[in-house]
Amino acid sequence: MNPSEVYWNPFLETLPRERLEVLQLKKFQRIFKWTYEHSRFHRRLYESAGITPDDIRTLDDIRHVPKVEKSMMRDIQLKEPFPYGEALCVPLEDVTEFRQTSGTTGQPVYQPDTWEDWEWWAESWSFILYAQGYRKTDRVFIPFGYNIFVAFWAGHYACEKMGCEVVPGGVLNTEARILKMKELRATALMATPTYVLGMADTARRKLGIDPAKDLNIRRITCAGEPGASIPSTKKRMEEAWGAKVYDHIGATEIGAWSFECLDQPGGLHVNEALFLVEIEDVDTGELITEPERPGKMVITAFDRIAQPCLRFDSKDIIQWAKDPCSCGRTFRLIKGGVIGRADDITKVKGVLLAPTAIEEVVRGIPEIGNDYEVVVAKRGDVDEITLKIELLEGAQGREKEVLGRLKDLLRLKTNLGYRIEVFPYGSLPRYEVKARRFRDLRKKER
Amino acid sequence: MDIQRLEEIDREIGIIKQAAQRLKEYSNGIQAIDCNARRILASAKMLEINVSDLLRMSRK
Repeated sequence: MNPSEVYWNPFLETLPRERLEVLQLKKFQRIFKWTYEHSRFHRRLYESAGITPDDIRTLDDIRHVPKVEKSMMRDIQLKEPFPYGEALCVPLEDVTEFRQTSGTTGQPVYQPDTWEDWEWWAESWSFILYAQGYRKTDRVFIPFGYNIFVAFWAGHYACEKMGCEVVPGGVLNTEARILKMKELRATALMATPTYVLGMADTARRKLGIDPAKDLNIRRITCAGEPGASIPSTKKRMEEAWGAKVYDHIGATEIGAWSFECLDQPGGLHVNEALFLVEIEDVDTGELITEPERPGKMVITAFDRIAQPCLRFDSKDIIQWAKDPCSCGRTFRLIKGGVIGRADDITKVKGVLLAPTAIEEVVRGIPEIGNDYEVVVAKRGDVDEITLKIELLEGAQGREKEVLGRLKDLLRLKTNLGYRIEVFPYGSLPRYEVKARRFRDLRKKER
Repeated sequence: MDIQRLEEIDREIGIIKQAAQRLKEYSNGIQAIDCNARRILASAKMLEINVSDLLRMSRK
């Protein structure tokens, strides 16, 4: 097969590891020098650590470069030039794009991009979509409220770059979006897992449309939540739509750094031509190179210039996969996508709990609805986890049996007991973008 | 595709980039030229990421 039928860029995606690492080092040196010379914030940070561009001679040297956290970005954005502050590396008039983080973990961070940066966003998404089988013949529907959040904007621009026909489903409501997909025989869509499931539910209940039979969607690309890498959630989406579901991971302040390919080996490729991903032990900071040992991701984007992403402490918990992918890419795989966030993975009754483990169990029980909530709180001196769920109509009369199964599976998967609250179908909150399903009330009490 | 062909592509990318930079110089402030040349330069950078960087930066 012609490599260009498989890879967006066959040279970069199959580059031997030793050459890929040389490329990564040189690209790191270039962006580090750029940032050192143009960002007042980074310059101070590096000078206080006594490190200069000349000090970076090997990949190991990169470990000495101070990390940047989101909280630091919030502080520097209070300074001039408004509204980006001291990490801005280009004249303000060169900024063509404003986006901001969702604010899930606090005050949003503003993200400036030049047109070059915006092209780069589309380029990184092109690697993703081409790897997932998007081609010029696709009609891609994007049911996303185009706004200040970057989410599927870059997916839209990548579709244009690749020659797909892209349909912006922006201000339409869910019913209108479904009807438009049907009318246009759209072949692909992009949404958060929460909304992929929510749309299918709306289609069936309100429009009498079965997306798997009545629509023409063949592939779905997810973002924003880990669901597409959680087997039970992925299965629900694929069954509901009769389509293949692919995951991708990105972030406003980083870029689109990871993607699932057609072979779906149970993990996602890191685009190592555009990003350097380091995984480090959450407690000790030690670099993790061995597979299947979870740690915190520290990431660098090599080519983004307006507000560089250099050794950004993302708080995402990931792990390297053991085996290479059968697709032929030399880009390493992370197993199971983002497992959690360093600030979400929490100890409950002395046991480490990742919210994704709860989702895997809940979505694996067909009698339980798609929407749920988890609340961790203190009852007296004891931690208590409350899981709020909805039972589907067909499960009425079997509540005791279903809840028994749920509790057993949760115990097996997470080693913890739960207080289960059952709500009438449709009464828990619904989300169109990112769902907020996990709340740890103990953090507020500290 | 062999290395020689990649080098040819790299040369062509350089020519595009130089031409776009010249357009900006010649534009004399005419935005219709200046801004479109800037877009060409952004696309040229993507070509550099895909080809030129690979050629120049993946060898010791």
